[in-house]
Amino acid sequence: MTALASATQHATGSHPAADQPDEARAVGARKITPYLLLIPGLAWLVLFFIVPMVQLAVVSLESKFPGYPGYYYLDLAVWNYRDALSEFWPHIIRSFVFAGVATILAFIIGYPLAYAMAFKAGKWRNVMMILVIAPFFTSFILRTIAWRQILADEGPVASTLNALHLLPGGHITETWVAVVAGLTYNFLPFMTLPIYSSLERIDPKIIEAGGDLYANGFTTFHKVTLPMSMPGVLAGTLMTFIPASGDYVNAELLGSDISTKMVGNAIESQFFRVPGGYPTAAALSFTLMAIILVMLFAYTRKFGTENLL
Amino acid sequence: MTKHVPPPADPAVRALIQLAQSGFSRRRMLGLGGSAAALAALSACAPPPPPAANKTEIKYPKDVSASEKIVNWANWTLYLDVDDNKNHPSLDAFTKATGIKVSYDEAIDDNDSYFNKIAPQLRQGQSIDKDIFVFTDWMANRVLQQNLAQPLDLIQMPHAPNLIPSLREVSFDPGRRFSLPWQGGYGGIGYNKAKVGRELKSIADLWAPDLKGKVTVLSEFRDTVGVIMQSQGVDITSKFTADQFQKGLDEVSKRVSDGNIRRIKGNSYIEDLKSGNAIACICWSGDVSMLKADTGDENWEFVLPDSGATLWTDNLMIPITSTHQANAMKLMDYYYQPDVAALVAAYVNYICPVIGAQDELAKTDAELAKDPLIFPSESFLTEHKVQSFRALTPEEDADFSGRWAKVMGN
Repeated sequence: MTALASATQHATGSHPAADQPDEARAVGARKITPYLLLIPGLAWLVLFFIVPMVQLAVVSLESKFPGYPGYYYLDLAVWNYRDALSEFWPHIIRSFVFAGVATILAFIIGYPLAYAMAFKAGKWRNVMMILVIAPFFTSFILRTIAWRQILADEGPVASTLNALHLLPGGHITETWVAVVAGLTYNFLPFMTLPIYSSLERIDPKIIEAGGDLYANGFTTFHKVTLPMSMPGVLAGTLMTFIPASGDYVNAELLGSDISTKMVGNAIESQFFRVPGGYPTAAALSFTLMAIILVMLFAYTRKFGTENLL
Repeated sequence: MTKHVPPPADPAVRALIQLAQSGFSRRRMLGLGGSAAALAALSACAPPPPPAANKTEIKYPKDVSASEKIVNWANWTLYLDVDDNKNHPSLDAFTKATGIKVSYDEAIDDNDSYFNKIAPQLRQGQSIDKDIFVFTDWMANRVLQQNLAQPLDLIQMPHAPNLIPSLREVSFDPGRRFSLPWQGGYGGIGYNKAKVGRELKSIADLWAPDLKGKVTVLSEFRDTVGVIMQSQGVDITSKFTADQFQKGLDEVSKRVSDGNIRRIKGNSYIEDLKSGNAIACICWSGDVSMLKADTGDENWEFVLPDSGATLWTDNLMIPITSTHQANAMKLMDYYYQPDVAALVAAYVNYICPVIGAQDELAKTDAELAKDPLIFPSESFLTEHKVQSFRALTPEEDADFSGRWAKVMGN
């Protein structure tokens, strides 16, 4: 997932800036320099992204060794993909639905937060900033486990809701609500910070100008502020949606054993629990990546990549 | 992001993180089982000749025990006597007596994740820096099927005959040529007497309406499905059919979808018992005594279900690439002395496999020495229908694990 996230960042990331007009005598050196500068980055990409990727592709096409679970041989077993998809398509759909809902929730919570930080916080801005970032000082897993405790049956949330008879199943953990809540919580800073950084760059005078031109607050926001913050929204949604759809920790720790497992859980289980599951796990990983890439292209095509920076 | 965090508690999560960091595919690719297999595979896509697991002649590495007086031991957590300074008195005594240094590592959380971590290296003959590892029967079975352990030389182990008779013959290792039991335990019912408000005796009692959503079961299918199959009248030591196994699985699925079973979990089920999310469970015997000690709540109780309980044993084995075989055997032999075994039993409260340990323990703790959960008599086991889940063939193992993964929602 980490590799994937960085990969997509690379995919959408900057290309070397176009060369300045060259002076005749330094043409040779100037032409080479950008390529030399690229070497460390390219080497990193090849070693830690391309090579593992090729290996993953090879594994996903391997066949099980008949009679020896856990052993495989090189093959071109494309049907591994068909089998993996026919068995785990609900997990893939669930991953994207959960990640999508979490992204929308994170946007609904994160935008006002970023807006308040950028325009209304005044001297409290830095304090708010620290509060948004503070969770990163604790491990992701520990924070998720902490949510298990907070949402536990005898914890404050569940016992209050239970007392009010608002909890049909009697518990919050082991439901999809807990999984989506966990995803939203864990990825909220990834939504808030990019939006904040693009809001913060807006010249307040431009917003004032909206008022000068007799637009009310809502119209100004709708016509001026929101469009100008779109690059942040775009980056925030990607940074939330992509890792969230590959996440397995929230579903593992907060979800149940039926109908809340995501594709990451299926991959984990195929790899570690099922003898002979390697190719299926690899095929699922590849499918997940492919779907995300397709979605990414569609998304950036619609909203443009130049806004991302 | 997960790369920068300390290891999480949940073994499954931790295992996946290890996977993400280990560059698994290349190592495993290289470990395809010999260049012959790889060559054949490159030339054609037909199945290559059988992998290394099928080799009849196996070369074991040279023993350097005499020159390197060390032994590296990978064991499960909380599975050895320990004092307040986190030292292991029995290990210290061993080093004092023999001059062999023991590097003790609580590296194993879970059979599957540890095996999947080391197997690729072992298959290609690489050292894993361990001379002893400990696996439950069924995983020991897989280790031996894949030829990943070295035979024991019983002549060097004068105390090994102290092994209790009931564990001398096992289907996965006839004659105990490769393995010696470390500790054993039961899979049965654990519950909080005060919170449940009555005694639980059978598996059916777990599905009472008032316990709905308050029951957890183990992610180890041999225990969970095992006790459920027993409650369905199946002899789990016999050659039961896939259909009989499926019937047990269907019961678990039904209980999960009906909301009776809250969670199917490995070691972390203890947390749900502590937090009150669950008040009854299918669990392992020793964990309940640990839970009692941890929470100070004497209401936790372990019972063997009336339809029968599962019995499992964890086995000491020497990895195929170990070069300190003699040292490892010396250490195993050391723990088969009754007084040493009693020391360990007093701490871990699991089933002690050593003859004479009960008498030794009686000298220090007469009460504990009478506990049938630590020193079960043959009649106790038959009376309570305690059975070991039979060894599965590799095909069954893969098939059943796959079906179980589906029950767990994967």
